[in-house]
Amino acid sequence: MTETRAAAAGTRKRQTAESMAARQREISISEFFSKNRHLLGFDNPQKALLTAVKEAVDNSLDACEEAGFLPSIRIAIRQVGEDRFRVSVEDNGPGIVKAQIPKIFGKLLYGSKFHTLKQARGQQGIGISAAGMYGLLTTGKSIVITSRTGAGKPAHYYEIQIDTRKNAPQIITDRIIDWDPPHGTLVEIELIGTYKKGRHSVEDYVRQTAIANPHCEIFYTPPDAAEPMHLVRGSELLPPEPREIKPHPYGVELGVLIRMMKETSARQLGAALQKDFSRVSAKIAAEICKAAGLRPSANPHTLPGQEAERLYKAINGVKIMSPATNCLSPIGEEQILAGLRKEIDADFFTAITRSPAVYRGNPFQIEVGLAYGGRLPGDELVDLLRFANRVPLQYQQSACAITKAVLGIDWRSYGLPQSKGALPTGPVALFVHMASVWVPFTSESKESVAPYPEILRELRLALQECGRKLASHIRAHRRAAEEEKKKSYIEKYIPHIGIALREILALSEREEREVVTTLVDVLERSRGREQ
Amino acid sequence: MAKKSETGKKAAPSSGKAVLKAIVSSAEDIRRKIMAGRKPTMKLPVRSLSNVRYQPERGFFEMKGQKKERTLTVNTVKTFAQTLRMVALSKELVENDDIATKREAYYVSKNWEEARFAEQPESDTVMDDVEAFFGVNREQLGFIPEEKGGDVAGRLVVIDRDRDTGQTLRIDCTRFGSGAYSIPISVEDLKFETQADFILAIETAGMFQRLVKHNYWKKANCILVSMGGVPTRACRRFIRRLADFKKIPVYVFVDGDPYGITNIYRTLKVGSGNAAHLNEYFCVPQATFLGITPQDVIDYKLPTHPLKDVDIKRARDAIKNDPFIKHYRPWIKAMEQMLKMGVRAEQQALAKHGLNYVIEEYLPQKLSHPERFLP
Repeated sequence: MTETRAAAAGTRKRQTAESMAARQREISISEFFSKNRHLLGFDNPQKALLTAVKEAVDNSLDACEEAGFLPSIRIAIRQVGEDRFRVSVEDNGPGIVKAQIPKIFGKLLYGSKFHTLKQARGQQGIGISAAGMYGLLTTGKSIVITSRTGAGKPAHYYEIQIDTRKNAPQIITDRIIDWDPPHGTLVEIELIGTYKKGRHSVEDYVRQTAIANPHCEIFYTPPDAAEPMHLVRGSELLPPEPREIKPHPYGVELGVLIRMMKETSARQLGAALQKDFSRVSAKIAAEICKAAGLRPSANPHTLPGQEAERLYKAINGVKIMSPATNCLSPIGEEQILAGLRKEIDADFFTAITRSPAVYRGNPFQIEVGLAYGGRLPGDELVDLLRFANRVPLQYQQSACAITKAVLGIDWRSYGLPQSKGALPTGPVALFVHMASVWVPFTSESKESVAPYPEILRELRLALQECGRKLASHIRAHRRAAEEEKKKSYIEKYIPHIGIALREILALSEREEREVVTTLVDVLERSRGREQ
Repeated sequence: MAKKSETGKKAAPSSGKAVLKAIVSSAEDIRRKIMAGRKPTMKLPVRSLSNVRYQPERGFFEMKGQKKERTLTVNTVKTFAQTLRMVALSKELVENDDIATKREAYYVSKNWEEARFAEQPESDTVMDDVEAFFGVNREQLGFIPEEKGGDVAGRLVVIDRDRDTGQTLRIDCTRFGSGAYSIPISVEDLKFETQADFILAIETAGMFQRLVKHNYWKKANCILVSMGGVPTRACRRFIRRLADFKKIPVYVFVDGDPYGITNIYRTLKVGSGNAAHLNEYFCVPQATFLGITPQDVIDYKLPTHPLKDVDIKRARDAIKNDPFIKHYRPWIKAMEQMLKMGVRAEQQALAKHGLNYVIEEYLPQKLSHPERFLP
């Protein structure tokens, strides 16, 4: 036994460093994601369909707003095979410059948004190209883009496939076509998917998008309809353009700090800190350098790792002013109310936009809207609508900071029944929005917000404020109903006391009437006193 | 006292005329208050075990006199209206010498539009309130129960009257063969002839059938009464009048479980908490408990079933809250013994030793020592 094992170990050819090296090579980002597509929201066919729509619409809205157009989006899903769908999303945005089209749609991590700190729907530049890649992987069909940048300019038609090994676009077709819209972009992707209604559906996404973006008009044609649903605009007001800001020192991680120092255009450490970060004055820069034991005049490009680490630690020990918050573009109370009113049939609406706050150096702002009563179902859990930078979050509800904050509130004190550890019950749609230059998602598929204490605190305060408004509405409503009930009680039953007394005492009709009117008086008066 | 209730006439607190008078005067009182601009009230006795006391020399549950006042307010206007309409219905019944069953009264209410009752238990409760309010028996208000009074067989002649001819009817309860005489709803006017030594009140129809079939009443010279569960008022009144009349003892033979003891036996003997104002007439203070006792389960090695949760609750509740059980040490001991054993035994469990064991062994043995019966 021992003999054979020794012999096997001796004779079996093991790998050498060289033979292993022969198989070691760079993994392209697109290859990585094609194998890990769940990270991007393509884990099952139903979600894949939703994610594809969502990524395209996110891009369209961002582009329209940046260019100052009131967005008008046409979404259509056509069923082309048993489990095959063709998704098309068309906007009236500024269009895309010809040279950029292949890169935007055929290369992962290509975008304008990753390198800036600015509130936007997309962040990494993965979304739409990942959707195209998913389509290609499941159906072999190219992503099709039609775009025109303005009247008088040609409309470019592209069929593009992503080369996953190289993470580079492969242009299949590139030509100029006739296309009516004066400007805008049309994206079409064919993919394997599942179309369903209800929770997690495209329909829900469209409706929620319309609520959070009342300035946007949407035409949506589901696979089972011939005519599109028209979700009208609730406001003609474009949200103010969010401003770009430099990162705040508290928000950077060590790796990012090292990279920033390496890439800075400043020649001295102190200047680099001042120039590349927000809220760092000369005084603060000197303070940081002193705390790190570094000279402000040191060369930032050649900062050794150890010293970078000292710098990183020093930053967090120095008191630095919070970042400017004018970079945020909240939806605003008026607009939230407009969005809720046009999409939800309810009796009572309220909304609150909190003042900006900061987590880890990133400014953010929490907004809560609430619709109550009307045709909302009263015996179900409240409909919790979560949004980050105006994008609906439809999956991973339980992992999300927003859900945690809602669960952490005792809604019974606001007049809604609530079982332990559950969402409250009642005819309520609860709208919660987090706007931030950098929303801390728990995963790349952007489905839930990470629970930073500062974020939870703001959520709690906003929810409580809406809760209080709801409570006073419910109380007033209940009082009125009670009042009504009591009144009708009197009207209903007092005549019977009259009838009974007439029957027992053989009263005349006049006498009976007297008894009834006097009794109504007596009760109304005593009721008046009770209040 | 015993003499008075024997005649039956005095048992009724008031005649039909007096009831009418009471109804009219209470209605006038309500009307007067209303016309004076005040809210009318009705005072009702609290109908529950907590409002009764037990004194053995009196022999029944007496009301302690707690009253609840029902003032007419917005919140009580519906019940108030329904109560008054029920009173009006009663007045009509008494005036016309008519009757309505509880169920019929419930259906009559369907004419009352918004004031109608949705379910019969609601109208029964209001009827009980009216009954307690006037301090009379519901039969005097013209309302009669649905349920059967109970069955009788044995050494007894019941003297009744033919309703049409007024002729005297002699009903010989030995002559029903394997059948039995049914106790009528109203027993006040019945007269009796009997030479029996005792009355045996039995819980189940099954046991009653067995004893009738084998003419047990001949052997033991007794009157057999089947109560069929908790005895109705008529059944209680019948046994009471019969026992008072001939001064004969009443022995009660029920299942050995908390229901048999605290509901059937106790209600027969001292009345209920619900209609306490009537217990004086609807009780049988001379009744004693033959079996089945928890001790019988051991002595006769009876097959048993475990006590159900509801049994346990009922037994504990009786020890704690039932003024009758609380009064008698032997009963507290018996209930505690049952709880400790954790089992109950049915009358028919005696069949384990042979179908007629109950006739040949159990009853004769027990009846040879009536002084040992539980109070």
